[in-house]
Amino acid sequence: MGEGRKDIEDRYKALKNKVQEELEKEKGDGIPTIRVTMSTCARAAGAEETQKVIEDTVASLDVTARVIPVGCLGHCYAEPLIIVEHPQTGFPPICYHSVNAGKARLIVQSYIKDADPAFEYVMGAMEDNELIPPVTTFPRFGFEERIVMAHCGRINPWDIREYIALGGYSALVKALTLEPEVIIDEVERSGLRGRGGAGFPAGRKWRLGRTQKADRKVVICNADEGDPGAYMDRTIIESNPHQLLEGIAICAYAVGADTAIIYVRAEYPLAVKTIGHAIKEAETYGFLGNNILGSDFSLSVRIFQGSGAFVCGEETALIQSIEGRRGMPQHRPPYPVERGVWGRPTIVNNVKTLSYVPSIINQGADWFRSIGTEKSPGTAIFSIVGNVKHPGLVEIAMGTTLRTLIFDICGGIANKKAFKAVQIGGPSGGCLSDAFLDTPIDFDSLTQAGAMMGSGGMVVMDEDSCMVDVARYFLDFTQKESCGKCTFCRIGTKHLLDILDRITKGEGQEEDLTILENLARDIKQGSLCGLGKTAPNPVITSLRYFFDEYVAHVREKRCPALKCRSLTAYYIDLDKCARGCEACVGSCPVEAIFTTKGRKKAIDQSKCVKCGECMTACPKEYDAVRKVSPPSLAPIIERPHEEKVKEGA
Amino acid sequence: MEAGKHNANQLVTEEEERAIAEKLPAIFREFSQERTNLLPILQRIQETFKFLSPGAMRAVANYIGISTSEVYGVATFYNQFRFHPPGRHEIKVCMGTACHVKGGDIILENFERKLGIKEGETTPDREYSIERVACVGCCALAPVAVVDDKVIGYMQPSKVEGLFLQFEIQRKIREGQIKAEAS
Repeated sequence: MGEGRKDIEDRYKALKNKVQEELEKEKGDGIPTIRVTMSTCARAAGAEETQKVIEDTVASLDVTARVIPVGCLGHCYAEPLIIVEHPQTGFPPICYHSVNAGKARLIVQSYIKDADPAFEYVMGAMEDNELIPPVTTFPRFGFEERIVMAHCGRINPWDIREYIALGGYSALVKALTLEPEVIIDEVERSGLRGRGGAGFPAGRKWRLGRTQKADRKVVICNADEGDPGAYMDRTIIESNPHQLLEGIAICAYAVGADTAIIYVRAEYPLAVKTIGHAIKEAETYGFLGNNILGSDFSLSVRIFQGSGAFVCGEETALIQSIEGRRGMPQHRPPYPVERGVWGRPTIVNNVKTLSYVPSIINQGADWFRSIGTEKSPGTAIFSIVGNVKHPGLVEIAMGTTLRTLIFDICGGIANKKAFKAVQIGGPSGGCLSDAFLDTPIDFDSLTQAGAMMGSGGMVVMDEDSCMVDVARYFLDFTQKESCGKCTFCRIGTKHLLDILDRITKGEGQEEDLTILENLARDIKQGSLCGLGKTAPNPVITSLRYFFDEYVAHVREKRCPALKCRSLTAYYIDLDKCARGCEACVGSCPVEAIFTTKGRKKAIDQSKCVKCGECMTACPKEYDAVRKVSPPSLAPIIERPHEEKVKEGA
Repeated sequence: MEAGKHNANQLVTEEEERAIAEKLPAIFREFSQERTNLLPILQRIQETFKFLSPGAMRAVANYIGISTSEVYGVATFYNQFRFHPPGRHEIKVCMGTACHVKGGDIILENFERKLGIKEGETTPDREYSIERVACVGCCALAPVAVVDDKVIGYMQPSKVEGLFLQFEIQRKIREGQIKAEAS
């Protein structure tokens, strides 16, 4: 070590003190702070407008307030969220949900100007107190146990000082004063398993990296989150990029790497910007770059943007793409840890895996092991989306059951519908039925049930989802994303998809069901990488747990969930339709709805595109639009003659 | 309308190709002539010109010292790259799982019907283009569309109408201005 451990620690302490003083000075002036969640999902919900309105209102009311962008709290259903700290009023920091432009104006007016927190818009307090119920009393907050996401949505990802003030980079400082082997021991003892999906022990991978004899080694942070329905890597990068950089630096120090590459997918422009800014800041503060904190450890970190290929999440394909080639998986061995990018030993870890590292180094392996289960210690982060009441990101201890997650934490199924299935692990995972609701969530239990942890995407489906259609959807995805190297993956998945396509159109045959089963097994065996090996999972699990639905499609040409468009039809119940109401007519994008002789409405089946807009538009008190399967159940009503004439003219 | 017709409209003119060629050297200067820079260079070109023209890909091959077919091979492998100029307004409809469950295909269809083109195509006047994307990571707000880099959550077919109305008004204002300037 260039300087002794004492010097590194002193340097950090001085830096932390300086930063804390700076922030304290800013805070101590009593100016209220308004934190606006500005991650991609919040922006989609209108956070940019909210922020602008807040700034404008502050200016027009002639009050002062600091407006600070923060990442994502994980409560995507309530976006945009704002957290207001108003030290002069004596209230704790207050969280407001769904803050659109109008609400933003009112909150600023009422709370910032008149010191009245506008209780009707309050979601809860961010700290325990006696005045306002804290958010932790809601199950959505209360059940969660946050390690990686602890600071997400609370600190400004664009200001390194906020992270340092909370003790950020202290794990790196501690690591730099230890021997690399000691760090690897600690990570190994913690039982941290790779959160990219496969669950490979992170410590073992690092040790393999450490023992490689090479001058130059590379650490790759895999942020090519390609699973549709998963977005926690994006959120972590957008909300707390420094925690990730700290994890990367510790990993690089432990394995002896001098270069780190963050491979981010191109669809995440905000994440790319955020991490790019964070790298520059960390370099300025001496946490990255040459001679980190005065030690003789140096690390250069760069970003490589993916180009939209799902298969590049696979490590060997990812390396090919960094080298400027088609992202095609390669035979292993040699494993990347022996011969990776540019021939150097390469340690590839997921964003979440690396983000756990600082807490493990700071709090120790035993602490980490005390959370979660024996074989899957720690927490799991899920993006839980689809038909649940409170979708978003949830970090829970491993071993929590699916039922607790879906019903207690996420509020159950929206719109009073019944639970049908949950799809876990993205396109390579599987669909589990309600029989599996009491399955604990950990690597091994999920694999046993036929699904997999994957990257942590979870899509909840209600009774309106057709499992055949869902299987077809995932096959369509993996078939398009197959790199084409292995015949089984390239042609097998295409064949699977064609069969599923036929079934959802009502053209399936009895023998298709056996072909599906056999072909799925063969694709798994005949493929090189994880994409092909797991692509048939949705078909296999849906066949296993929802066989009845396949049978209904094949034998009765009927879609029980009323989802498959070729097998359903809409019609208007003439007994319920109100004379003179035109709601459905206006909503129809193809003018398929016409007026019958009795001035009621009917649907021209030959024109209908089955978008369902008429059903949404029909006033609740009439509730006249019906959906049926098979389509032959819909009564046929002829368009009156004069209509036709008018149309022709 | 047939896809072929659109492609005819989307052909890059010599003039455009010349304009691109003029700006390429400045882009190349940012990168060393290494194979590992292939994707970053292509990304940078697409960022500047919105697509990869045949001339640009030949120039890249020349710069890195690999064959043009290598460059085509890599570029076509990745979903991100486009080989035709897109429309003034770029519409991307998310087809992620959550969006699928919530009817994303109906949204896509609505855009396609409204513009009379299929996904992956551009209208002949180069005003609009439609693409499908795998997942933009805003699953909690499904279904989602990205219009001119702005993510729009909770899409509905009726929102599609509103969007176009807005664009058409903008267009009229723009063309009105052009006329005013000319006279």
